[in-house]
Amino acid sequence: MAEITELKEIASQVRRDIVRMVHEKNSGHPGGSLGCADFLTALYFKVLKKDPSNFTIDGENEDLFFLSNGHLSAVWYSVLARSGYFPTSELKTFRALNSRLQGHPTTAENLPGIRIASGSLGQGLSVAAGASLAKKLNNDTNIVYSLHGDGELEEGQIWEAALFASARKIDNLIATIDYNKVQIDGTTDDIMNLGNLRAKFEAFGWIVLEMQGNNMDDIIKILSQAKQQTGNQKPIVILMHTEMGFGVDFMMGSHKWHGVAPNDEQLKNALSQLQETLGDY
Amino acid sequence: MKKYISTENKDTRSGFGAGLLEAGKNNKNVVAMCADLIGSLKMEEFVAEFPERFFQAGIAEANMTGVAAGLTIGGKIPFIGTFAAFATGRVYDQIRQSVAYSKKNVKIAASHAGLTLGEDGATHQILEDIGLMKMLPNMVVINPCDYNQTKAATIAAAKYVGPVYLRFGRPKVANFTPENQEFEIGKALMINEGADVTIIATGHLVWEAIKAGEILANKGIDAEIINIHTIKPLDTNAILNSVKKTKAVVTAEEHMLNGGLGDSIAQLLSRNYPTPVEMIGVNDTFGESGTPEQLLEKYGLNAENIVKAVEKVIARKQ
Repeated sequence: MAEITELKEIASQVRRDIVRMVHEKNSGHPGGSLGCADFLTALYFKVLKKDPSNFTIDGENEDLFFLSNGHLSAVWYSVLARSGYFPTSELKTFRALNSRLQGHPTTAENLPGIRIASGSLGQGLSVAAGASLAKKLNNDTNIVYSLHGDGELEEGQIWEAALFASARKIDNLIATIDYNKVQIDGTTDDIMNLGNLRAKFEAFGWIVLEMQGNNMDDIIKILSQAKQQTGNQKPIVILMHTEMGFGVDFMMGSHKWHGVAPNDEQLKNALSQLQETLGDY
Repeated sequence: MKKYISTENKDTRSGFGAGLLEAGKNNKNVVAMCADLIGSLKMEEFVAEFPERFFQAGIAEANMTGVAAGLTIGGKIPFIGTFAAFATGRVYDQIRQSVAYSKKNVKIAASHAGLTLGEDGATHQILEDIGLMKMLPNMVVINPCDYNQTKAATIAAAKYVGPVYLRFGRPKVANFTPENQEFEIGKALMINEGADVTIIATGHLVWEAIKAGEILANKGIDAEIINIHTIKPLDTNAILNSVKKTKAVVTAEEHMLNGGLGDSIAQLLSRNYPTPVEMIGVNDTFGESGTPEQLLEKYGLNAENIVKAVEKVIARKQ
C-alpha cells in the first residue's frame, strides 16, 4: 500500500501522462482528467482490491470501478497503465487508429481494466447499481465505485438510478461526483444550477459525504469513511470538490480547458509544473 | 398445402412468461427486471418462484437497461421486460452504448409490439423496433410467431451469450408450432414447400401467411412459406435456396416497411439474386386504435393482402 507522499508522486506522473497524451493527438479532455488525477491515483494505488494481471470483466472477489464520465479517459488510462493493467508504452496510442485506448473507454478493444463502454453521459450509475446487485447475488462482499461529472447530473437517468439504488437498498456502492462546478459551456451555476446537491441526494435516501478531491490526505480519509459506511442499507455518494485542470496553473478553474489540448509551448509550461516521478512513457 | 392446426389461441407474451420461468429453473444466473408491467409481460410466475432474482425497476426504462448491463458484470443473465415501444425507442442510446457496443449479455423482452396491441393506439404500437435493433452491431433480433415458439425462443435466448432483442405481442393468436420445440437462433423454418412463390413471414404474420397459402392453393398457386423467427442474423442460405426455385418473393411483417424484415430480404436479393419482391408491412405511417383484426385489415397486413401481393409478384416474374 502506497503512502501519502508516494501517492502524490504518482499523481504528478499521472498528470504528466495526461497532458502529454492529449498534446500528442491534439485531442482529448485535459481539464477534468487533471482534476480527478488525485482521486483515481488514490483508488488504484491504495483503495481498490484488484488483480491487474488477471483482469476479468466480472471482477469476482474484487472491488469494481466504473467511469461514467468517459471523457476522462486520459486519467483512467494513465492510472490503469501505471497500476499494471497494461504497458505504459501503450499510452502513446491514445486516440490513435487501431488503438485499444479509444477516445472514450470501451470493452470493444479488450483493454484490461475496462468493464463497459462510457462516453454518452448518465449511464454509469445504473451500471454500477446493477454490478452492485450482482455482487450481492454472488455473496461477494467487495465494493463498487463509480465516478460521475457534476454536469452529468443534468441527465435524468442519474436520478432514476439514484431512486433505484436507494429503493433497492444497494449499500455496497460508493458513487463519487466530480464537483468542479464547470462544464463545457460554462459554470454549472450558469448552465443548469444544480442547487443543493447534498440535500438532493439525502432526499433520495443516500448517505452523503464531502471530500477535498485535490488533497490526498482528505481523499484517503474520506474514502476510508465511505467504506466504513457500506452495509447500512443505503447507497453512498461523495461530493468531491475539485478544480478542473488542477496542477497546471493556466488550466485551472476554467471551462476553456474541458476539451482543448495544449500546444507545444503550453505543454512545456505544463510539464515544468509537474514532477517526473516514475519516468515518462 | 400442409395443414396447420391451432388447438387453442394463446398470446405470445404468455409464451415468454413460461419460457422465462423455465430459463430461470435451468440456470440460477437468469434474473429479471420489469418496468411496472409484470402482469402485461406475464412475468408473475418468475417473480413468485424467484423473488430474490427479480428487480422491479419502476417506470424508468433507461435505468433498467443500465442496471441490466451492470448485472451481467458478475455473470447474471438479465431479461428486462416492458412494452416494445419503451424497450427500444425510449432507451436507444442506453442499449447502444451499455448493451450492444459493450457486448453485454442482456435480453430485451419486448411485448405489445406492432399494431396488434390494439386499442392503446399509436403511442404504444411501435413499428420501428426491428429496424432500430437490427442496425445495432452485436444485436440478435428474434420475432417468434406463436406461444410455443416464443417460449422456446426465450429459453434459447437465455442460453445464447450476447445481447438479444426478443419481440412478441399482446393478442391471443393461433398456436400451431410444436410444443417444446428446439429453437435454433438464426435458422429459418420451412412451413410449406412450394414452387411458385416464396412467402417470407415473421411474428404474427406467419399465421396470416399460412391462411394465405390455403387460399392460394385453392387458386392453383403453390406457395413456399418460410418462417423467419430470427431477423438478425438472417438465414441467407435458406432464403436464397428458396428464391432460386420460386423466383418471386412476398415478405410479411407487423412492422414498418422501412427497416424491417422485407428491407433485409430486399437487400439480400438485390446483392445476390435480383428477384421481384412485394412487401406486406406498414408503409411510413403511424398506427391507431382498433381491434387487432381491424388494424391488420386497415393497414393491409392480413391473409387477403398477402394473397394479392402474391398474385402481383407472380405477374412480375420474367
